[in-house]
Amino acid sequence: MDELKQKYLGLIADAADEAAIEDLRVQAVGKKGEISLKMRELGKMTPEERQVAGPALNALKDEINSALSAKKSGLADAALDARLRREWLDVTLPSRARGRGTIHPISQVTEEVTAIFADMGFSVAEGPQIESDWYNFDALNIPGHHPARAEMDTFYTHRAEGDNRPPHVLRTHTSPVQIRSMEASGAPTRIICPGRVYRADYDQTHTPMFHQVEGLAIDKNISMANLKWVLEEFVKSYFEVDNVDIRFRASHFPFTEPSAEVDIRCSWEGGTLKVGEGDDWLEILGSGMVHPKVLEAGGIDPADWQGFAFGMGIDRIAMLKYGIPDLRAFFDSDLRWLRHYGFAALDQPTLHGGLSR
Amino acid sequence: MKFTLSWLKHHLETDATVAEIEYALTDLGLEVEGIENPAERLADFKIGKVVSAEKHPDADKLKVCQVDTADGPTQIICGAPNARAGITVVIASPGTYVPGIDTTIGVGKIRGIESYGMMCSEREMELSDEHDGIIELPSGEVGERFTDWLAANKPDRVDPVIEIAITPNRPDALGVRGIARDLAARGLGTLKTMTVDPVTAAFKSDLNVSIDDDTLDGCPVFCGRLIKGVKNGPSPEWLQTQLRAIGLRPISFLVDVTNWITYDLNRPLHVFDADKVHGNLRVHRAAGGESITALDDKDYTLEKGQMVISDDNGPESIAGVMGGADTGCTEDTVNVFVESAYWDPIQIAYTGRALKINSDARYRFERGVDPAFTPVGLEHAVRMIVDHAGGEASELIQAGVVPDTSRAYKLDVKRVISLVGMDIPEATQRKTLTALGFTMKGNMAHVPSWRPDVQGQADLVEEVARVASLTKLEGKPLPRIDAGVPKPILTASQRRQQAARRTAAALGYNECVTYSFIDAETAKLFGGGDDATMLENPISSEMSHMRPNLLGGLLRAAARNQARGFMDMALFEVGAGFHGGEPGEQHMLVSGVLIGRTGPKDVHGTSRGVDLYDAKADAEAILTAVGAPAKVQILRGASDWWHPGRHGKICLGPKKVLAVFGELHPKVLREMDIKGPVVGFTIWPDDVPTPKKKTSTRSALAATDLQAVERDFAFVVDAEIEALTLVNAAAGADKALITDVRVFDEFIGGSLGEGKKSLAVTVRLQPTVATLKDADIEAVSAKIVEKVSKATGGSLRG
Repeated sequence: MDELKQKYLGLIADAADEAAIEDLRVQAVGKKGEISLKMRELGKMTPEERQVAGPALNALKDEINSALSAKKSGLADAALDARLRREWLDVTLPSRARGRGTIHPISQVTEEVTAIFADMGFSVAEGPQIESDWYNFDALNIPGHHPARAEMDTFYTHRAEGDNRPPHVLRTHTSPVQIRSMEASGAPTRIICPGRVYRADYDQTHTPMFHQVEGLAIDKNISMANLKWVLEEFVKSYFEVDNVDIRFRASHFPFTEPSAEVDIRCSWEGGTLKVGEGDDWLEILGSGMVHPKVLEAGGIDPADWQGFAFGMGIDRIAMLKYGIPDLRAFFDSDLRWLRHYGFAALDQPTLHGGLSR
Repeated sequence: MKFTLSWLKHHLETDATVAEIEYALTDLGLEVEGIENPAERLADFKIGKVVSAEKHPDADKLKVCQVDTADGPTQIICGAPNARAGITVVIASPGTYVPGIDTTIGVGKIRGIESYGMMCSEREMELSDEHDGIIELPSGEVGERFTDWLAANKPDRVDPVIEIAITPNRPDALGVRGIARDLAARGLGTLKTMTVDPVTAAFKSDLNVSIDDDTLDGCPVFCGRLIKGVKNGPSPEWLQTQLRAIGLRPISFLVDVTNWITYDLNRPLHVFDADKVHGNLRVHRAAGGESITALDDKDYTLEKGQMVISDDNGPESIAGVMGGADTGCTEDTVNVFVESAYWDPIQIAYTGRALKINSDARYRFERGVDPAFTPVGLEHAVRMIVDHAGGEASELIQAGVVPDTSRAYKLDVKRVISLVGMDIPEATQRKTLTALGFTMKGNMAHVPSWRPDVQGQADLVEEVARVASLTKLEGKPLPRIDAGVPKPILTASQRRQQAARRTAAALGYNECVTYSFIDAETAKLFGGGDDATMLENPISSEMSHMRPNLLGGLLRAAARNQARGFMDMALFEVGAGFHGGEPGEQHMLVSGVLIGRTGPKDVHGTSRGVDLYDAKADAEAILTAVGAPAKVQILRGASDWWHPGRHGKICLGPKKVLAVFGELHPKVLREMDIKGPVVGFTIWPDDVPTPKKKTSTRSALAATDLQAVERDFAFVVDAEIEALTLVNAAAGADKALITDVRVFDEFIGGSLGEGKKSLAVTVRLQPTVATLKDADIEAVSAKIVEKVSKATGGSLRG
């Protein structure tokens, strides 16, 4: 019996493939296999012989069976390994192309600004880009002869022959939205108005269209000190710095009184802007307390209400924050520029997750 | 506006440093744009004495000098002809930057002999053009700073020049005295009193002035004095130096006086050569068409109504804007008529703008000079002329009267504090206003005549605030309107714009921001370009019309990118199109274009040309993102810039178009020079209906464990039958059971014959009550075939 065992274990170990294993199974433990035949002989034995040979044969059969199945799965594994080796792919080949879309810096920065002011209770108002000269100028305390009108390089729309109304203008600032918003919703109010504005100027640093965001807050007791705080908070949040010096410089705008231009402390070391440190000052916006005449134009009684307004260039603060050198390139749609300065679709600025990556 | 420190000190008694003055000016609202301070530039130059000067052994023109300097005896090689023993010189020692030659001096060998510095000429220090030799000083100690010597001996040479920006509301600061007044109010010194001792009248002028009645509103007062027997010529040195320092060219004394008083006191004047004036002067309105040669030697034709000063020969001066050449003063002028008039700002602004003349006079009159100062300013000028150029002055000639601009506003101390948010005591507020020239009577602040900008209470607040310093203002938190978590603030439309934008970018599109104005041809290609949307004064013909929609700008952008060699692209924009020229005639659009291939050719062979089904998929994805309903109609017949057979409108009913997708018309692409084809879409996000009831609750999910069954059908139909017709017919066979019908194959022509096609669909059946039996499936299949045949005229493919 040992001989039989040695023979088959040897043969199984040497089997080359699953077919050979199957042959050996038939040969050894198949119906007419050597071991099966031996088991048939048990019947002819004496009970005593049977008691010895029976368990031995059963044990032998089990041992052969498990050797067979072990070898079989070993061969299967080897075959799989061999197949997988053949299935080698060059994983350094490029992946299937997927388009990588981008969000324009103007849109991204507008959302950043919106997120910050939304937290301070400002909602977003919009208005027409073609404006009457009343909304764009008169209502903002800029009468017809005011030098500011000439200085603003206004675009006018064509008037048909016989139409003697003053021409409409392409709004030169987002400030007319203040008036429309005051007319529509009165006081108290807190709004920002981002959007396109137009001035007839084109050179290194000017484009005939650019973007502004206007802010307006009106209530019973709003002061210029509140304005300063709001702008300080905005600048810190927008530029993502812990501290920033901001300087209010007295200035003049027809629609605010008192008026201030706002500078932030910065450095330009190595050509890159760092906000909040250094010895330079960077002008970023104009602001002031809303002029009583402007409140009146918006249908709000200046005896009861007061508030502040400010305006800044979205393109400009985008250039400053993201180091974009040339304003003109914003509107050129050069794919290389869009991909380089654009933002990923899912980079939605939030206050809780951070404005920028 | 430029002035020098010494000029400022002519009006302001102060010990303040240049830096303190700079800070105060900017803080007060007179923003310093630049300071040119020679003392800073020349701080390193020191005085030395030449002890000996020997000829350089190897160079004829060079001398080896031994010089006593701040650093002790020093050897310096010098090429100046006047370098010699005994002279006092200015030394640039090694390490000193010499501006005139843009070089930092080092230790060097000149022709073999070491030199430890440089003796400088005036030009090398940019003090003058003098370069005949090195400076020889008449005095000075070895080691003394050259700038200290200059300050003591030639102060004008180290006079800092300050340039400030003046906002349009501050005409008073267009004179040095006004600036001094602001600084004094801030506490930076004391405003010196200014008086004038009028020249005694020696005779009665034979030259007279009148103002026409219809011109009195533009010229309420005109003053003048005739001075006979002056000797014109170059101005004295100090006057020339001051004018040059602020960038003005000295011309002749009489003219320089008018310029100086313009900048000193913001009082523009004009001087006529009285011998060239024929008869009397008359201030009147132009009839229109008169021409005049002005002092800039250019000819101007006057428009009706513009104010002009004429003599018997006709117009001699464009009133308040620019004098005439014919009666201008020259070096030979002996008898001069000095004019000081008050001109209405608005009328001057219009005349100046119409004639396109930018003069100092116009700049000041249109912002508003001090009307009360009209006769006083004249006396200043006459005194200055007579004192220097001699002559006798006539009695004052005056037409009209000085307009009364007196007004007063209540100083509401509490309101100032409330508006500014700074605790400024009442005494300080009153003191500030008084220092600025206001007269306080009780709580009424009477406005000085030189502040035309002060027109109400709010202006008093501004004056108090800016003098108190807005830089010092401490920010105070703006409390939230409602305590608690801020509420959402975006409107539905704004949220849709954001969703559309981010979805498009996620789909691989690059967002563009293109100009709102485009050229007329492009505008016309896309249904615009009419006069209503035309600009009166476009910056170029490329930007003449407001865009009717976004496709023109995107295609122009695409053409530019193709020209740069980028052939595959996906561009989109979110913005307004303009359907008219009135405010509000604009509508929100989302447009995208796809050009070229889906990607560069690749090893996987997946790159292919883009087609309208790409554009359709993207339009559908964006519509879903902005909340459009899933069930829509696809109709044809959109605008003619689309390929007539290859576009579709995504609609809710025939009138409610949410989007158009398709291929752009090849003719449009040819006109715009774009290598096509181009597919794209336009979406009207604001036309997507807003759900009537906003609820965050979803309907319950209906999911069954019963097995769904899919069956395929192929139908032969006429070629022009649209797939959607077939799909809707099949879906309608059993609305409860059929959850989806998908077209998976289209085959045109071939064995089917001309004008026929086969459409194959997979129909998914989802039972909800009991598992489907063969008989159920047979029944619904028959119904599908029947419905489709009825709707399309087609039949099941055999």
